[in-house]
Amino acid sequence: MSSVATEQSPVHGTSHGEETGLWSWITTVDHKRIAIMYFATATIFFFVGGIEAMIIRLQLMNPEQNLISPEFYNQLFTMHGTTMIFLVAMPMAVAFFNYVVPLQIGARDVAFPRLNALSYWIFLFGGIYLNASWFVGAAPHASWVGYATLTSSQFSPGLNTDFWFISLSILGIASIAGGVNFITTIVNMRAPGMKMMRMPLFTWMTFVTSFLLITAIPVIAVALIFLGFDRLFGTVFFNPTMGGDPVLWQHLFWIFGHPEVYILILPAFGVISDVIPTFSKKPLFGYPIVVYAGILIGFIGWGVWSHHMFTVGLGPIADSFFVAATMIIAIPTGVKIFNWLATMWGGSIRFTTAMLFSVGLVAVFTVGGLSGIMHASAPVNLQQHDSYFVVAHFHYVIVGGAMMGLWAGLYYWFPKVSGRFLSEKLGQWHFWTTMVGFNLTFFPMHFSGLFGMPRRIYTYSADLNVAIYNQLATVGALIFAVSAVIMVVNIVKSWRSGEKAGANPWDAPHLEWSIPSPPHHYNFPELPNVQSREPLWNAGEREQILAVTMGEAKEEPHMPNPSYWPILLAASITLAWALVMTGVWWIIALGIIPVFFCTLMWGLEPAFPEGH
Amino acid sequence: MAHAAAADHHATNTGVSNFKLGFWTFLASECLFFGTLISTYMVYKGTALVGPYPAEIFDVIHTTISTTILLFSSLAMVLALHYLQHARKNLAILWLGVVIAMGAGFLVMEFQSYQKYIGYGLTLTSSTFGSSYYVLTGTHKIHVFFGMLWMGILAWRIHRGKIAAPQAEQVEVAGLYWHFVDIIWIVIFTLVYLIP
Repeated sequence: MSSVATEQSPVHGTSHGEETGLWSWITTVDHKRIAIMYFATATIFFFVGGIEAMIIRLQLMNPEQNLISPEFYNQLFTMHGTTMIFLVAMPMAVAFFNYVVPLQIGARDVAFPRLNALSYWIFLFGGIYLNASWFVGAAPHASWVGYATLTSSQFSPGLNTDFWFISLSILGIASIAGGVNFITTIVNMRAPGMKMMRMPLFTWMTFVTSFLLITAIPVIAVALIFLGFDRLFGTVFFNPTMGGDPVLWQHLFWIFGHPEVYILILPAFGVISDVIPTFSKKPLFGYPIVVYAGILIGFIGWGVWSHHMFTVGLGPIADSFFVAATMIIAIPTGVKIFNWLATMWGGSIRFTTAMLFSVGLVAVFTVGGLSGIMHASAPVNLQQHDSYFVVAHFHYVIVGGAMMGLWAGLYYWFPKVSGRFLSEKLGQWHFWTTMVGFNLTFFPMHFSGLFGMPRRIYTYSADLNVAIYNQLATVGALIFAVSAVIMVVNIVKSWRSGEKAGANPWDAPHLEWSIPSPPHHYNFPELPNVQSREPLWNAGEREQILAVTMGEAKEEPHMPNPSYWPILLAASITLAWALVMTGVWWIIALGIIPVFFCTLMWGLEPAFPEGH
Repeated sequence: MAHAAAADHHATNTGVSNFKLGFWTFLASECLFFGTLISTYMVYKGTALVGPYPAEIFDVIHTTISTTILLFSSLAMVLALHYLQHARKNLAILWLGVVIAMGAGFLVMEFQSYQKYIGYGLTLTSSTFGSSYYVLTGTHKIHVFFGMLWMGILAWRIHRGKIAAPQAEQVEVAGLYWHFVDIIWIVIFTLVYLIP
């Protein structure tokens, strides 16, 4: 079925008009290149966060060990959480948004290509800035949730927490800009005939996630501003001796923090909603239901935040509301699980690595979902709060859910990006070491948690009788680390010498597979006309689309100019925020000047070539 | 072809340009931003352990005047856009100047209030009222100030002939921002100053 497309596909990635070299990457506004930079950077941070996790696991392997100091342990778990969420899971999803969404909707780029580049550079500089804290010996140490009053200047007097709140503020800008960009792109830039209800699920979930980004990030931005003012200028937002309320921080943090959970998981749901139909050779079962379930998750995700705060004592009415809302949100999630199962049912399934990771997600995420329903109940939650049971739960949903989905996406879209397959053999190794390592690491934590082992404490007593679970977890973590190395080896090897892939190597139904692999820098020589949800699975429609998408553009399409203002603006924003650390108002005010200057120059620069 | 290419990237699915749609989206994000600041002020209402308290210091007449100035600046904004769209360049610049002047008038009056409140002992650090009041209204003032800079740049570019009737959308979007900042102030004025 796909042989026609496969044979025709030219494998030259650098068609005319595309430049190479370092400068072209620094000034690029091409969504595909930005995607590759996002993925590479997030993978590097994945190893940074992974090393932090490994040190934690070594320290916890046996009771009452003293490999590392309690202070260093605090820094490790804080940086592990902050890194994995803000510098790995989110940007890795954004890498896929960038590469895939314009191709899936039949667009030549995103709506704001320079803003897109700005998002990437801010993410990079914000990540570097956060990790620079290690080199001055002041890594953040008040956990990724940064609860007041642990973060007050009284209890965290050094620069540690300053690094944390400033870098998160910087990273937030990238996320809001990204959200604005993808909403506009998806609403405004679809190819002819690509109605909303014909969009692939990955694009749909990007759309929902973007709304969560633009609505949730401002809330934490304000909370971080309060925190910064408290620390640097002596305001009393979270100062209980002056009437401030530390619980306000918890509310603001989790009003952001719970939508954030769906920011992490919805892209993965989107990926596997595209992968599973492709490798089952069946359209997604109940397409509208999966779309609506995703939207519903986005909405209800806003009404469950206090289930992180049952131990605060908000009272029975508030607790009951949040228990109910939390249990209700399990319904659309469960609906999706059944849709995926029904898609596979009766399909001719191919167990490629992408499919294995997708099916793995369905299985492992469900385990995390079930433990989630357990501590959705307030009384049960009181027993489990801040124990390793919770650690097990959220690693099951974030690693077993979000990350597995993104790895499925890696194997699925890599041939489109590089024109070559990832090695299936190494892929199988990657998948199985992930499955074994992941489950061995986190499943025993359910037990150690229920037996009373608390989170975020650098060691535990031998009398707790949880040593065996911790030893299993440490062995599992080692295996998991091996799986990450296998993934990188696979990417590097396959990028150079992997088996060549055609335009549509998986015989997939969506538009991104109608163009050569790797695509021209302008994506589509002419915009295709879409008539159905699976355009490449309908013979007539396929011929019609391939006729316009597989050729070369007769005339160079109108593409945006490269620009160095995104990287300069990102650098000046990072500098301005870093100067906040001084706490001296006129230095902070001076820091804003380069930001204004770069913004102005950006505004005056033409985004597209002139002369028409 | 040149014409076709231009049409190609101005044609959007909704008929609204990317710039305008993206800016609306950004304003949605700003709603949550100010929403959080305003909510915090409301949550902390009545929690100040030491005075001065809102009822003792707010001068509603003074703030009503500054509010009126800011509200009428929106009218000037509309007129500036109107004249630009009708290629009346100098009138557009004039009305943008009025927008800036009214914004400046608002800021001056507001800083007079700040000075008075500080004289009464209400500072950023004195109480939850002081902290939440100054950070909320200060953030709004920064928005007003940024809007004034934006209008200034637009006026300059109209003067230089870089923006004319066909590019009026640049002024229209700046207008969206200005009206948004006004509307936020109406909410702040109502919740902070008018409700006892």
